[in-house]
Order: sequence, then C-alpha cells, then structure tokens
Amino acid sequence: MPVPSLLDNLYRTRSRRVLATLIRLLGDFELAEESMQEAFAAALQQWPAQGIPDNPTAWLISTGRHKGIDQIRRRQTANQHMQQQIELGEIPAHAFDDSSVDDDQLRLIFTCCHPSLAIETRLALTLREMCGLTTEQVARGLLQQPATVAQRIVRAKRKIRDAAIPYEVPEGKALAERLHSVLRVVYLVFNEGYSSSEGQAVTNVSLADEAIRLGRLLSSLLPQAEVYGLLALMLLQDSRRAARQCPDGDLITLEQQDRSLWDRRKIQEGLHCLDTAMQLPHPRLYSVQAAIAAEHARAASAGETDWHEIVELYDVLIRLDPSPVIALNRAVAVAMRDGPEVGLTLLAQLANAPELRNYYLYHAARADLCRRAGHTNTAREAYQQAITLTRQEPERRLLQRRLSSLQG
Amino acid sequence: MKYVALVYLQESLINAMSEQEWHDLNQQCVGCVEKLTSQGKYLAGEALQPTTDATTIRVRDGETVVSDGPFAETKEQLAGFYLLDARDLNEALQLASHIPPAHLGSVEVRPVRELPPKDS
Repeated sequence: MPVPSLLDNLYRTRSRRVLATLIRLLGDFELAEESMQEAFAAALQQWPAQGIPDNPTAWLISTGRHKGIDQIRRRQTANQHMQQQIELGEIPAHAFDDSSVDDDQLRLIFTCCHPSLAIETRLALTLREMCGLTTEQVARGLLQQPATVAQRIVRAKRKIRDAAIPYEVPEGKALAERLHSVLRVVYLVFNEGYSSSEGQAVTNVSLADEAIRLGRLLSSLLPQAEVYGLLALMLLQDSRRAARQCPDGDLITLEQQDRSLWDRRKIQEGLHCLDTAMQLPHPRLYSVQAAIAAEHARAASAGETDWHEIVELYDVLIRLDPSPVIALNRAVAVAMRDGPEVGLTLLAQLANAPELRNYYLYHAARADLCRRAGHTNTAREAYQQAITLTRQEPERRLLQRRLSSLQG
Repeated sequence: MKYVALVYLQESLINAMSEQEWHDLNQQCVGCVEKLTSQGKYLAGEALQPTTDATTIRVRDGETVVSDGPFAETKEQLAGFYLLDARDLNEALQLASHIPPAHLGSVEVRPVRELPPKDS
C-alpha cells in the first residue's frame, strides 16, 4: 500500500488512540492535537524514504510526543503547571503497547464525559475527541451552529485544564456512577443520529454509526453488563434503520414495517451482546431495554410479538427507574396485551405527571389507543395536541396521516 | 491544587431546625473539619452568619454605596466555605461530598485562581 493511503487508513483507525496517549503524555488537549497532526505530517514525509516502521502507532505516538516537547520548549513562558507534569526524558517503547493505549482511550472518554461538563459539551467533546469528527461535522450532527460547538469545545478544554479534571478512569464506587455518565452520552449520540430532534431527516446515519462504534470500543475496554446492554440496545434499534422510513421520508411504525428489511447481522450481534450482558453482574436499565428490543427483533411479524414477555420486562424496568416516561411505554405494552381500554386507564393515571404534559408521545399514544377503542372525538383532540407538541417534521406528518384517516 | 468549596443552604431550613438538630449539624461540621485536617486536605474555612447579617458595598465613581443583605437573592444562601488542597477535581469533589450540608443544600467546588505576581 502506498504511504499516503496507508496513512489515511491509519488516521481513520488509529488517530484517536494516538491522540488519547498524547494527551496523557503531554497533559494538554490542544497541544496533543497539534502534535498528532505534526506526527502524521512527518510520517508522510519520512516513511516513503525510510520505510514504514514495524509499529506505526508507536512511531506516531513517539514522534508526536517529541513534537509536543519541542513545542513546550519553544514556549519559554509555558506555564508552570505543565512543566511540572511532563517528563521530558525518554520513555521506553513498551509505554506505547496496546494495553496502555487502551487505558488511554478509556481515560479520554471518561474525561470527555466528566459530569462537571454540561451534557451538550460532553456530547460535542466526545464526538470531536473520541470519534474524531470535525467541528463542522459535530455541529451538523447536533443541529447546532459550528461557532457554538467550537466555543463549547474551547471552554471545555479550558475547564479541563483550569479545574484540573484528571485524565483517569475512576475506580471503585465512583466507576459505576461515572460509567453511567459515559453511557448516557453514547446513547444520546445514538439518539441524535436516530431521530434528530428537529428538522426533516429522521436518521442521521453517521451519528448512529459513531455511537455503535463507541459502544463496541467500550465493550472491549470495559466489559461490564450495562456496556454490553447499551451496545445491544443500539444494534437492535439500528437494525430497523432501513425499514423505519419511506423513500419520501415518511415514518413507518414498528407495527407496519417490512421486517425483511431489518438488518439480520445487526440483530444477531445485538442478541449476542444481550446474552453477554445478562451473564455479567448487575444488568440494569440498558440491558432490560435491549431485552425489550430483542422481543421485537425475534417476532417474525407484528402479530407474533410476545406482549406478555414485554410487559414483564417493563415491570422490571419500572422497578429500576420509576419514571413517567417508562410508565407510558409500559401502558402502551399493556394495551397491546390487554386491549386499548386497559391502556387508557393506565394513561389516565399518568395525566398529571409534569414530564408528560408537554410530551408529544404521551398524547400520540393516548390518541392511538382512543382510535383503537373507537373514541373518535377524543382521538382527534389528542392527535391535534400531539401535532402541536412535536418538533420533528416526519413525526408531525405521521400524526397528521393518522388524524386524516379519522376524519376520512 | 487549591479548591474552594462554597456551601449553600436554604436558611429557612436552618431556621426550621430544632436546637438538637442544629447542634448535631454543627458537630458534624466540626468532625468534618477534623477529618479533613488529619488527611492534610484542609487549608482554611469558616461558617458564616446568616444573610440577614450581610451588608453589601459597591464603590461607584469614588463613592461607596452600602446596602443591606446579600448581592443576589438566591434560593440557597452561602453558609460557609472550605479551602481544600486536592490532587485534582475528582479528589476535590470526593472531599466535598463529605461536607455535611451537602446532604441539605449544595456545595459548589471552584478551583482557586492564582493572581499574577506583582508588577515590578
């Protein structure tokens, strides 16, 4: 392979690892990024003449580190904090072996997802640093202005430095809490990709892919139940990507999707991850949600869905997280098992929950159940309410179609 | 690194406490300071009198304007502070989580900004 394409390939697959280690060695995000770019530029110059090194990743890290140290030396006035942290001497080659580089990737994601950063910042920083997206790409994915994203990232890096957010993987009790924050960010990235909360396109393909890639990486670095549970959940939801939307962008409900379009490979991988999650200690929210998604994936047709099993899984879920949104989903599942009237009784009990009052899915669910129960007038009102509340164009069109079918 | 942990509490909560509860809370704070000191993490700290005893001053155009009460009306009021010596933010947060009023109000952890040296 010619050097430029080899380097392209290395950049895609290895640059995040190189960056993660350089951040640890240089103690500074900005400097690590510059030094990594310089290392790749040096490789492009040197490798054609000198040959490709045995361990290209280690070469890039080592070269990047030297570039970084040169830079620090040039900055005669570099602040004391940095000088204290950096060991300027030689580092033995085994410092760049796979396991230490793996640890650095974990350190990087735990830093990017530190709870002392705002959640929007954690998302942007993770996409930028862990996934290697450009600021433009991050902005497009999150439907924000590039300048806003750039500013968020600059402020985050300043906070990481000035508040001394450590570059480490938390231990003991803190690990579980902090892992939760990491998984939440990964799932938010996925959901941003799966259904961008505003605008026309429902599926922003690349963000869902990035989230799954992060999930796979995390599961190899930190094989815990909820990590596998989240990966399973994302794979199973993503397996329906091709079936979710008509070519014209209209949404197709789970019930009406052409199941032959579901991605069997993703389903297999998802089910496998779910098995792994269930065999590890403490499967919780993500694993149970994945188990629910798996019930849908296993049903050959909508009519064959095992609603008894799904309701039981929702019972487990609601014990783990007694939130109104989960109660809403449980009510819909109960309605599938026991009929719309039973579901409507459950929804009526949730009517006063403040989280649901302006949640379009609550009104959409109520409208669907009223329609199925034959309460046409109430259904019409509820669809109207849901349409007013949704910010997504395809969702609005789906609800509008439902409403029109009532009036027809 | 030095961090200040600013302790915020609803004063109404303190006002509603029985004498025993108030005594216990104070003793917990004394214990917390003792523990932080023995760990070598405690640099300084004080509890504050309530905001009803606060006075705010502003100097504008060379004139000092004095007004009663705290600068901003907030839901929770500043009740005290700790100056901590911690390795990094994670340690500072872990130490701050043991400050007793963290259970009743909130504790804001801020890194200290070193002022530049005096111009020569």
